[in-house]
Amino acid sequence: MKTAVIIFPASNCDRDMIIALEKITGHKPHIIWHQNTNIPEVDLIALPGGFSFGDYLRCGAMAARSPVTKKVIEHADRGGKVIGICNGFQILTETGLLPGALMRNESLKFICKDVNLRVENNDTPFTNAYKKDQIITIPIAHHDGNYFADEDTLAALEEEGRVAFRYVDDKGQPTKDANPNGSRNNIAGIISRRKNILGMMPHPERLIEDAQGGTDGLGFFKSIINAIN
Amino acid sequence: MTWNNTIEITKQLVKEHGLSDDEYARCLKILGRTPTLTELGIFSVMWSEHCSYKSSKVHLKTLPTKAAWVIHGPGENAGVIDIGDNQAIIFKMESHNHPSYIEPYQGAATGVGGILRDVFTMGARPIANMNALRFGSPEHPKTRHLLSGVVAGIGGYGNCVGVPTVGGETNFHPSYDGNILVNAMNVGLATQDKIFLSAAAGIGNPVIYVGSKTGRDGIHGATMASAEFTEDSEEKRPTVQVGDPFTEKLLIEACLELMATDMIVAIQDMGAAGLTSSSVEMASGGGVGFAFNLDMVPQREEGMTPYEMMLSESQERMLIVLKPGREAEAKAIFDKWDLDFAVIGIITDTGNLTLTFKGEVVADIPTQPLADNAPEYKRPFVMTAPKASLDPKDVPAPSDLKQALLTMIGSPHLCSRDWIWQQYDMQVMADTIQKPGGDAAVVRVHGTNKAVAISTDCTPRYCYADPVEGGKQAVVETWRNITAVGATPLAITDCLNFGNPERPEIMGQFVGCIEGMREACIALDYPVVSGNVSLYNETNGTGIHPTPAIGGVGILKDSSKMVTIAPKNAEEILLLVGDTKGHLGVSLYLYIMQGSEKGTPPPVDLALEKKNGDYVRSQIDARMISACHDVSDGGLLVALAEMAMAAKMGMNITLNNGDIPLHAYGFGEDQGRYILSVAQDKADDILNSAKLMGVSVQKIGQTGGNDFMLNDNITISIPDLLDTHRNWMNNYMNID
Repeated sequence: MKTAVIIFPASNCDRDMIIALEKITGHKPHIIWHQNTNIPEVDLIALPGGFSFGDYLRCGAMAARSPVTKKVIEHADRGGKVIGICNGFQILTETGLLPGALMRNESLKFICKDVNLRVENNDTPFTNAYKKDQIITIPIAHHDGNYFADEDTLAALEEEGRVAFRYVDDKGQPTKDANPNGSRNNIAGIISRRKNILGMMPHPERLIEDAQGGTDGLGFFKSIINAIN
Repeated sequence: MTWNNTIEITKQLVKEHGLSDDEYARCLKILGRTPTLTELGIFSVMWSEHCSYKSSKVHLKTLPTKAAWVIHGPGENAGVIDIGDNQAIIFKMESHNHPSYIEPYQGAATGVGGILRDVFTMGARPIANMNALRFGSPEHPKTRHLLSGVVAGIGGYGNCVGVPTVGGETNFHPSYDGNILVNAMNVGLATQDKIFLSAAAGIGNPVIYVGSKTGRDGIHGATMASAEFTEDSEEKRPTVQVGDPFTEKLLIEACLELMATDMIVAIQDMGAAGLTSSSVEMASGGGVGFAFNLDMVPQREEGMTPYEMMLSESQERMLIVLKPGREAEAKAIFDKWDLDFAVIGIITDTGNLTLTFKGEVVADIPTQPLADNAPEYKRPFVMTAPKASLDPKDVPAPSDLKQALLTMIGSPHLCSRDWIWQQYDMQVMADTIQKPGGDAAVVRVHGTNKAVAISTDCTPRYCYADPVEGGKQAVVETWRNITAVGATPLAITDCLNFGNPERPEIMGQFVGCIEGMREACIALDYPVVSGNVSLYNETNGTGIHPTPAIGGVGILKDSSKMVTIAPKNAEEILLLVGDTKGHLGVSLYLYIMQGSEKGTPPPVDLALEKKNGDYVRSQIDARMISACHDVSDGGLLVALAEMAMAAKMGMNITLNNGDIPLHAYGFGEDQGRYILSVAQDKADDILNSAKLMGVSVQKIGQTGGNDFMLNDNITISIPDLLDTHRNWMNNYMNID
């Protein structure tokens, strides 16, 4: 499986993503600097977390207009797989590859903590190694993860099984208390209609070995391998 | 704006620049003439307390700074220690107190930015941020605003640059009502043969300015940090710098990329006193001169004068001496990262800092005497008078011990800091293996089995009551915290926050704390490798509690051996290492329950500390221990409750307090103690080996169940403990 990680000037989870992909696929991903629009043929492009261009404007807004992002869109249009984690998710919504927007957290504060996620749909290239309704623990670390979409879009996402992960409590219920940032329908991650693009705020790449406090993030990467191989 | 560099230097102007008559006379002697306005500005910031350490230097020299593993001690941008395998850890802690009081978000943010630059300028990739924060009383009308702004600022900067903030400490005390403390620490990882220093060399070599443009922000920041606060300090808001973490991130990456080549001769960040102190330090350090054409300095604003350029504290700037002929290659790197790159001068053999602006020389100062002949004061001091000791029997027992424990752990002083930590990205870089909330933060050395343990500590109550014991205890507590995760403590950085040194009793506190620190560092073979002094922490004549914040660093050779404070299983045996005498003098119990700071701090027996700590570490290393927690603020019962909460598991405790009142036994802050949680089948081995080593260890209970139980008559459910622990800060910060 061939992968590429796009690096914007203030990406800061790029190394973590590169390590996770290398560990799981056995191959070092291509590392693509944002000014380089020559992306080799790959199975998966990852947009890592961070602050891309400082995010003084709307998070991900500038990155979405970066030349390299056009190539990401082309890759996605060809049916290529794309994941956007945290800032990567914000960039994906800014490009329109995924619907909705990520607004400032309801608390108006940056939040870093472990959250429970329920796997809503395991029939996707990004979740097939999990069981449906499995509860996994993955850390979040963001200031703008409050997922918003209009009612019609939300209804479509729900109906089409495009909500990949939802914030839930210990009992697996999507309660208000379990929602860390005010996201509509407790949405933590969604996929595109063609199921080839996923955006999520939590960081599975931070939880792939016991020393990091758990391995619940492994299933995410294993799913992608299952889907591609 | 009209500007006259040769304006008459009046007595009033000299005074406004914070120079005494003696200091000005010294300046005249060095120059052999009257200074220009730009020169006066340069002398003023270089000889400010903040940059020159003129009141503290004579005492700082007494601290031990050497050990076999120390590569660079104080004098460089940060301390450098050897962690084996050609790797080094570079670290330092620095204060940003006054700016943070005036503008908490930017003050704290730029504090983080500044300390990051001190570390990466030496060639290290920053891997962990820590901090030590002191706020006024929670009831003070400004505290909520300051806490909120400082935490957001620390997070806002560290989160964006992508360096995890992994721990720290937060205290509240009315002595900080008008003068909070924001001490930021950074730890970086470098290769030993790729460490960069600041001493310039090579006549004719180009001097390069990189990073952000220079603006008018922060002019006279160093001078502000060297004076007491008054009511009108708010008017100094314009002297607080504004941080741009995005540019800092670019600067880190660009500098590390440049450092991977062989183009750099010397490099120095522009910190306090900006272009002035960086150029003077580089030139005087190398015994050379610098000739700058200030027209070449990238400027953010129009019409900036040489005076403003030299004194600006605009952030995210570095000064680099390159090997000749490498400018284009180096520029390509900074172009890639969209950062300014300007050749602003060359190295000369004059020994002078010569500044040209619009074709005219506006300053020409010999750098050696400017740096080396800075004033040095032996300020008069009066040692703090010994306080009367406090007999535990004279401290009233609480009417309800259970309620007392809940009050303690639910107080501002011991409650959960989750509200703070959750605003920091604790895990970016994916090497954080012990997050805030334990004894020390632990971060893996990337790609190895090693890990670095870091702890910041100080108990200002102790330092105020007895500076010598307090200074000792601050050092020892970091050593103990690092030990408690299983690491070997190696060295410290210090951030010494005190009041006005011109007052003999304040100077006495400083001298006392240094003496205590010195004794502890020597006894523990735990030298000081970097640090910072912040004096004049006073508002309207009232000083803060003396606060020598210590940042300790240690190494775990095998990170898989690390332990946390959370017992892993039920039915483990809880063991107490060290002796309990029920020392309640200046304890948190006394402060919270009686509102008193009477008595003397618990004495630190350095030999016993070392013996107990070395024993605990050896048992962790032998994988005999499931969890370990040092006993500090709040004493034994608080430490046990913290372990139970971390594990979300009950425990059953039986204390044999003998003739010591139970509240003194349970809440006394005797030093040199740890609680161990061990599997049943290992308990006897541990008790036996402790006996052989002459270490006092006794069984005090067992883990398991859903309740925290004490002596069979106090029962608190774990959810109750957790709620009480969590509530205070959440409630406090969420009141509109």
